[in-house]
Amino acid sequence: MTLLCLANCKREERRFEEVSPGTNPGLVRQSDLQIAGGVATVLANTRTPYDDNAYAMNEGKRLFDWFNCSGCHAQGGGGMGPALIDDEWIYGRDPSQIFNTIAEGRPNGMPSFAGKIQEQQIWQLVSYVRSMNGAVRSDAAPGRNDDMQVKPPESRTTPQPENKVRVPTQ
Amino acid sequence: MIGEFQPPSILDAAGPFSHHIEKLWWGYFIVLMSVFGVVMIVLLFALLKRRPFTPDPDFSLNATTERRALNIVSGSVVITTIVLFVFLVSSVITGKAIATVDDPKAVHIQVTGNQWWWDIQYQDSTPARMVRTANEIHVPVGRPVVLQLKSNDVIHSFWVPNLMGKRDLIPGKNVNSLLFQVDTAGTYRGQCAEFCGYQHAKMAFFLVAQSPEDFERWMNDQRRPAADPTDDEAQKGQHLFLTTTCVMCHQIRGTIAAASAGPDLTHVAGRLRLASGALSNTPQNLADWINHAQQIKPGAKMPSHRLSSGDLNAVVAYLETLK
Repeated sequence: MTLLCLANCKREERRFEEVSPGTNPGLVRQSDLQIAGGVATVLANTRTPYDDNAYAMNEGKRLFDWFNCSGCHAQGGGGMGPALIDDEWIYGRDPSQIFNTIAEGRPNGMPSFAGKIQEQQIWQLVSYVRSMNGAVRSDAAPGRNDDMQVKPPESRTTPQPENKVRVPTQ
Repeated sequence: MIGEFQPPSILDAAGPFSHHIEKLWWGYFIVLMSVFGVVMIVLLFALLKRRPFTPDPDFSLNATTERRALNIVSGSVVITTIVLFVFLVSSVITGKAIATVDDPKAVHIQVTGNQWWWDIQYQDSTPARMVRTANEIHVPVGRPVVLQLKSNDVIHSFWVPNLMGKRDLIPGKNVNSLLFQVDTAGTYRGQCAEFCGYQHAKMAFFLVAQSPEDFERWMNDQRRPAADPTDDEAQKGQHLFLTTTCVMCHQIRGTIAAASAGPDLTHVAGRLRLASGALSNTPQNLADWINHAQQIKPGAKMPSHRLSSGDLNAVVAYLETLK
């Protein structure tokens, strides 16, 4: 029984290179901040390959730092760019929509990273971004940082209620 | 020399500091082997000269034998204490000799460990004269070298057996430094000596000790930014490099590529090895590394790319111009 459980455990699997699911060769760019050679966007409702994989999400966390996502999204709290730790999604909460947001870029600031970041790495970023607001299993989401924390670890983040409307109080 | 570098060995010292360590090593070795030999001879003697056991009903002690036994035991204790004290003093003297330098001509280099490669930065009071490279350290013979050791992720350890002992690179702390000097010109292989993850074994580097003139020439070459390529294929490669995934992590001084997550590639074609010592630096290996990095070093932060053979040839042609 234990062996069966271990054999089915996807959490620790390290898939170093694989072809990403659901690629769609027709790229629509919605941001002119970068002009690079084309890489596919994904079809709607493609299943994300890494939501249960701790290694891939940690890689996503590393890339989030390497590619300076925090420059605008400020560790997920939001700054020049929108916050990622809440459950408000301007361009959709579906994993394939997040993928396309990163790949195509979005108006008013989000650059298009298609061709600049490999598809597998974009998927790792998608799962990490989802872990930031508690949308993935907490036993696979990244634990605490090695260095100083600016927010609770992703594995301790609880899912935000959907369609939460914030009313400014007087 | 085996192949292109000296066989790594602490018994093949190439500088004054490693000579101290080598001498200490031989001192310990000779004394300890003599002690081992004496103990074995005594044991053998006791084994061969054993007498039949005759129980004494009164448990009486023979005064002469007892005194002799006491003398032997206390004599051995005194000798052991003296030997250990000599060890202690010689170890302290060696430690002192290899821990200090007072030389304004010393070369200062900052070495940063990453999973799984070495980031090398030559310090200079003039920023424009600083040099950044990766996995290869050039030093002049006869001048002391001071390394400032840092780490970006986990604990690594810097070790060139022919030159000096090991020293750890601790993340979050810039306190460790390492001092050595090379007197024999040559190429020495170094290795990460602290288990640091999946590709720890493939985290090597090369230390090239050369004459002061050659070293200055090398430094001046390294200070130059990369020249723009002239032939069509290399120009296409440069365009690909600057507009696709490469530019997200690597730096080539003289171009817009300025990221610092991966090794600096400004003079990559002039290096001895690729991928932190894993491959010799040939165009074929470079192409393999770009398209199959995850088969050569699984888990490395360099992803396998899926460049078409035309694009791959162009990128390799461009990188080969970066001497």
